[in-house]
Amino acid sequence: MSNIIYRNRFAISRRICQLSILLLFYTSFIYDWKIGGVEVLEGNLSASTLFGMIPLTDPYAAFQILFSGHSLLFDTLMGAVIILGFYLVFGGRAFCSWVCPVNMITDNAQKLRARFKIPSLLKINRRARYWILGLSLVLSFLSGVAAFEWISPISMLHRELIYGMQMGWVGVAVIFLFDLFIQKQAWCGHLCPLGGFYSILGRVSLLRINFNKEKCTKCGDCHRICPEPQVLNLAVIFKEEMVYSGNCTNCGRCITQCPEECFQFSLRKSRPDNQESLLKEINFSENESN
Amino acid sequence: MRSQGDKNIKMVAEGSRRDFFIKFGQIGTFALVGGTLWSGFLSNAKSHAFVLRAPGALPEDDFLATCIKCGQCVDACPFQTLSLAKVGERAQIGTPGFSAREIPCYMCEDVPCARACPTGALDRGIDINQSRMGLAVLLDQESCIAFQGLRCEVCYRACPLLDKAITLDYRTQKRTGKHAYFEPIVHSEFCTGCGKCEHVCILEESAIRILPLELAQGKLGENYRLGWKDKSRITRDFKSESDSGTQTSNKEIQQEQRNRVMDSLNDEGTLYE
Repeated sequence: MSNIIYRNRFAISRRICQLSILLLFYTSFIYDWKIGGVEVLEGNLSASTLFGMIPLTDPYAAFQILFSGHSLLFDTLMGAVIILGFYLVFGGRAFCSWVCPVNMITDNAQKLRARFKIPSLLKINRRARYWILGLSLVLSFLSGVAAFEWISPISMLHRELIYGMQMGWVGVAVIFLFDLFIQKQAWCGHLCPLGGFYSILGRVSLLRINFNKEKCTKCGDCHRICPEPQVLNLAVIFKEEMVYSGNCTNCGRCITQCPEECFQFSLRKSRPDNQESLLKEINFSENESN
Repeated sequence: MRSQGDKNIKMVAEGSRRDFFIKFGQIGTFALVGGTLWSGFLSNAKSHAFVLRAPGALPEDDFLATCIKCGQCVDACPFQTLSLAKVGERAQIGTPGFSAREIPCYMCEDVPCARACPTGALDRGIDINQSRMGLAVLLDQESCIAFQGLRCEVCYRACPLLDKAITLDYRTQKRTGKHAYFEPIVHSEFCTGCGKCEHVCILEESAIRILPLELAQGKLGENYRLGWKDKSRITRDFKSESDSGTQTSNKEIQQEQRNRVMDSLNDEGTLYE
């Protein structure tokens, strides 16, 4: 029993983390839960106030508002800087696997499609998210409203989980079915521009996965469990001994999956010099492992 | 040998240029189709909704751009007046607003909703008596019982800016010849659009309603000069004598209005004297 818990320690703590953040928002709104007279966490993932004074803002949403040609209050910018700083330390896409509520849905879709061995129908490029990210900023500029925030199934789901469920589940159901029947990790791994935004952050973030090449037997277990297998391209990580790709979500699946325990969380080391040739390989691998 | 090598390199270059154009075209097509659909949705979403916003809301275009849909104003409202719009409601999904007939704005002096707004979509510095959430309009005189000669005054009494935002106009009732009509008249100079009048209207469907300002108000052309209000001399270009002069007087008028406004909820016993 304790063995099972230990083997799933990251999966379990990720769920606890996701649910408790959701619960904090929910209880602060529904029950006005207060500590020392201040509400613990007011708002939702787009913007919130921690302990009644610390502003937190989704930096991607803030960027969109800035691109729409509107200035923001100092508090909002501070909130965005705090969140940016947080993910610069804990890994850009740590948001995706430790906070985002959609992750719970897509994780289960991935599990189901693996169990029923459903083949992929589409082959979306993993870099589509960057194009959508760019497009959202251009459209924010052209239309004068935060483009992705108006259609984001993430904010919609999270907002409605707190302020009352309405039609937000439709977008989420579409994501679930898409991930299950059309393509593996279609939303989180290919399309989501918020994931793309945090991917860019992840390229310089501090907490990374370290790879011990001496122990590796090249069994490929990590590849099969990883939601973004291109980050574990063996040719690359054998040279670099660390997962430098921003697409890595710091979910810790590879750490618990690897029978030789090759992976572990560690702080970023300076990257080897031969980046030019490596970049080509990374691009190659991104295209290959759709 | 060397020229052969050069030729190969050239072919590779041409190939990659070809690839580049094809890729550019493919991605460009996706971006164009997706961008068109997306912006179509956005322009649809941006069309002005029939909705009353929280006090201090910026002009609708700016409000829609800066509102991050976090719901902190909803959380802050002690009367549960505000709610985030759901699919199929009149407001854009996720944006805050209220329905005056259900729960009106109770005009908290400290305006907690506006203070809670992280992005400035609601002006944090708003003075609640200066806010303009909408404008009360006595929309249906045919059903309002005051216009039938019955005594009502409920909207007049409920108004937080009693005798300022709504006054009663007395008129002789011709049918009986000895009674009076007590007709409520709304004054845009004071009405904040809080909606208490709409909330309390005794009819099955309220005769007095809060409308968004752009629906409720007309605008007099600048060429009109109401001589009994504007005491400045007529100039050749039909503009006021000096712009700076009118600006200061506008400010003075605003300050005077502010001083005259007395919220009946916060009255300390001098209002009815």
